[in-house]
Amino acid sequence: MDPSDVLALARWQFAITTVYHFIFVPLTIGLAPLVAIMQTAWVVTGKEHWLKLTKFFGKLFLINFALGVVTGIVQEFQFGMTWAQYSRFVGDVFGAPLAMEALAAFFVESTFLGLWIFGWDKLNKKLHLAMIWLVAIAVNLSAFFILAANSWMQHPVGVTYNAEAGRAEMNSIADVLTNSTLWAAFPHTVTAAFLTASTFVCAIAAWWMVRLVRRGRPGDVDTARVVYRPAIRLGCLVMLIAGVGVFLTGDQQGKLMFQQQPMKMASAEGLCHTETNAAFSILTIGNLQNNCEDTTRVISIPGVTSFLATGTFGQEITGITELQQQYTERYGDTTADGTPVDYRPNLALTYWSFRLMIGWALFSIILCFYAWWVTRKDKVNGSRWLSRAALWALPAPFLACSFGWIFTETGRQPWVVAPNPSGLDDVRMLTERGVSDIAPGLVLTSMIVFTLLYGGLAVVWYRLMHRYVVEGVPDEVHDDSPEARSEDDADRPLSFAY
Amino acid sequence: MELTTLWFIIIAVLWTGYLVLEGFDFGVGILLPILAKEKDPEIRDKERRVVINSIGPVWDGNEVWLLTAGGATFAAFPEWYATLFSGFYLPLLLILVALIVRGVCFEYRGKISDPGWARWCDRGIVFGSWLPSILWGVAFANLVRGVDLDAAHNYVGGFWALLNPFALLGGVVTLALFVSHGAVFLALKTRGTIHERALRLARPLSVVTLVVAGAWALWAQLAYSRNDWTWAAVVVAALALLALVAAVWVDREGWAFVTSAVTIVAAVVLIFGAMYPNVMPATDPANSLTVDNASSTHYTLVIMTWVAVVLTPLVLLYQGWTYWVFRKRLTAEAIPDPIGLSLRAPRDDADDATDRAAASGTR
Ligand code: HDD
Ligand code: HEM
Ligand code: HEM
Repeated sequence: MDPSDVLALARWQFAITTVYHFIFVPLTIGLAPLVAIMQTAWVVTGKEHWLKLTKFFGKLFLINFALGVVTGIVQEFQFGMTWAQYSRFVGDVFGAPLAMEALAAFFVESTFLGLWIFGWDKLNKKLHLAMIWLVAIAVNLSAFFILAANSWMQHPVGVTYNAEAGRAEMNSIADVLTNSTLWAAFPHTVTAAFLTASTFVCAIAAWWMVRLVRRGRPGDVDTARVVYRPAIRLGCLVMLIAGVGVFLTGDQQGKLMFQQQPMKMASAEGLCHTETNAAFSILTIGNLQNNCEDTTRVISIPGVTSFLATGTFGQEITGITELQQQYTERYGDTTADGTPVDYRPNLALTYWSFRLMIGWALFSIILCFYAWWVTRKDKVNGSRWLSRAALWALPAPFLACSFGWIFTETGRQPWVVAPNPSGLDDVRMLTERGVSDIAPGLVLTSMIVFTLLYGGLAVVWYRLMHRYVVEGVPDEVHDDSPEARSEDDADRPLSFAY
Repeated sequence: MELTTLWFIIIAVLWTGYLVLEGFDFGVGILLPILAKEKDPEIRDKERRVVINSIGPVWDGNEVWLLTAGGATFAAFPEWYATLFSGFYLPLLLILVALIVRGVCFEYRGKISDPGWARWCDRGIVFGSWLPSILWGVAFANLVRGVDLDAAHNYVGGFWALLNPFALLGGVVTLALFVSHGAVFLALKTRGTIHERALRLARPLSVVTLVVAGAWALWAQLAYSRNDWTWAAVVVAALALLALVAAVWVDREGWAFVTSAVTIVAAVVLIFGAMYPNVMPATDPANSLTVDNASSTHYTLVIMTWVAVVLTPLVLLYQGWTYWVFRKRLTAEAIPDPIGLSLRAPRDDADDATDRAAASGTR
């Protein structure tokens, strides 16, 4: 990387900070509802193990949430800091969902989470339960609004181009919020988040079950059966539903992508030339660095790409080379200042990130079926293969999510606002036009600072999570709710404090 | 009223919410080692936890006012958002780092029961509270003063130009204001030693605040305000500060809190009023960003007005309820024993054997 190239630095910084933010976010989005379900089970059935699980996974949730919040603060300002020209161009439409996210979602989640954490002895049981449900709804709402903003960059709608002001201007908020891209990306991201969180719950509970069964001290097997087994079952169930959901919604996204960003699709498939009945490549090798000349397809399944893109075999799919020609005709072969434009994203990156997104999910699926099978009919299991499967599955959906985003965002290049192929032609922006007009030293400084700080935080986060996981569920839990207390202990200590 | 002016006011309201609420969070963070300073480490830790828990349930909700101010600026005044945050790049970076460190330290401090861990977290909280307390003042003072913008609305003044005397004094003002605000908040939220120390400290603090804030407000009004009516804000701030001094000397922490909050409101009115109709005055007035040339389209403003008008009162309602739920004053006795885990998991032999086997798979 050239340290005097603001564009390259800004892109790296955005990539680093956003990918990092999105390590914590999917777990938050999925785990908040799962914890809410556990607590609901406790409130409804009164069974103590659900309270234990609520406290256990609730702690892990909070450790994770903290990092999601602090890294999110950076996100809110980064568009202005390093992408000022972009902000000027899109602000009229892009700022709205961002502001709505803060007003409608961030306030709710942060306020009610505080009430949930500190309110065990202050609010009656049902009201306290409502707090975590509000958090769960709000985190999903925040995903909706931020994805509305992102989907608009993938597929601009509801705007016109104002040549005089040189910016995109919104003419329909309804169009922006009903963007077809949004309604594919939102369910896909949310199901992916549920897959991530349910894998997390299942893997940790399964690891503990194995540990207890193998340790075999008095009471251990009982704990495994009574406490961890229900968590495994809950995890498996959600994993199954979310897994199917991710698949179906991902398929939906693929079809939209074919219509809206055909170059991304062709690039994901390493499809250099137009093909009918296009094959799905499982392994393509060669110099994929935007060089379609010497790539070789080693393994591929005929027709599948056509099917993924259009729902029928035998359809014609335009290749990268042909698309490059079409784009050049439509959008010009040079930028305003005369440098030639390459409309092809980085081939190796899109190709591999797409496969890694799908591939990593396999680990969740293996764990799902394995753990479901061994815990059927009230059984517990001490197989170290299960323990191993759990440890492999644990990071897998996190990786899948990261690669999914890396694919989505780098596959959009060289555009920061991809042109909508069905019109609105002037609403588009090349990434290189969006960057701030600032000194490279500034961006270099902030990139180094964020990278070091985030690196340090990652270590702390990991160690804390690990420490709390190996601690396991608490041996004893108390019902701290006001209705479970006698009247005259108003001066007793708080049930929870930092 | 023009929608652009309305949105200028809404942005000012969001900043007011932020500075009033996170203002006392910052003050509390700064006062942490100053008020909770007992020699005996165990008692000291209890005291520190009293201080931290006084804002524990609310600090994150308070910080969202900042995010909302940022998002709303983006939506309503994209030019302002772009120019301000790319222009004030380094100060903003420092603020972000401080907020990150501070937030993590609040949340993680109690997760591990270990004196060394707590010490580092306390340092993080103190650092993360000092830095933004000063930098917000520096940033706002520069806005009032006007900055070097070129015709394309990019800030070209460089970092050092932001550290002019007027801005530095602005930094001292927000620092003094937030620390006083935090001290009276702590007095209001606690009983026992922390309460007493906070009140005692608030007395000299309020006098210092009166002097520096009064001086800065006069300077701002005389040298930079584009409107005469902002004299009203100067007067209100002065009266509120005088009332603050009086209130802390007669131990009325409730009134003291109200007056320090009113002072911050008046300060925001002065800052925003002094700029209006600019949102970011430039040294060359031709390049200034104004409510008109920086704003979004009428359509976007209409949409956002509906959103803000419906949601902001709701936010105030449920945040207000939070303060009601946690209205009880804290004492060291009410703080439960630490529930954090030890830094390392205690190990026993049976565990060891199974773990090693599970990890390596060689059994
Ligand atoms: C656990 C995570 C996970 C898993 C297992 C999958 N995905 Fe995914 N995928 C994501 C997590 C993700 C993501 C991180 O959430 C992305 C990034 C942007 C988005 O909307 O979702 C994404 C994006 C994304 C896109 C890009 C959309 C665009 O650029 O506009 C497509 C076409 C797919 N996915 C398709 C699939 C298919 C066909 C899958 C087959 C099973 C699949 N995904 C599994
Ligand atoms: C949280 C999941 C996300 C991840 C992991 C992610 C990842 C990335 C990556 C890797 C890049 C760099 C691409 C490149 O320069 O080659 C990028 C760029 C960018 N993304 Fe995202 N992104 C995410 C979500 C979003 C969302 C929700 C938005 C908008 C609301 C967004 C807006 C941008 C912008 C403005 C850029 C900079 C311009 C560019 O380089 O294309 N991203 N992102
Ligand atoms: C698909 C991409 C993204 C999704 C789904 C997402 C979702 C979320 C969620 C659910 C949270 C709260 C939970 C947590 O903190 O762990 C959060 C925090 C945050 N996100 Fe993201 N985010 C994404 C990317 C971004 C981007 C690009 C921005 C920039 C505008 C952003 C801004 C924030 C902010 C400011 C917070 C902190 C909120 C608080 O204090 O409560 N996020 N995000």
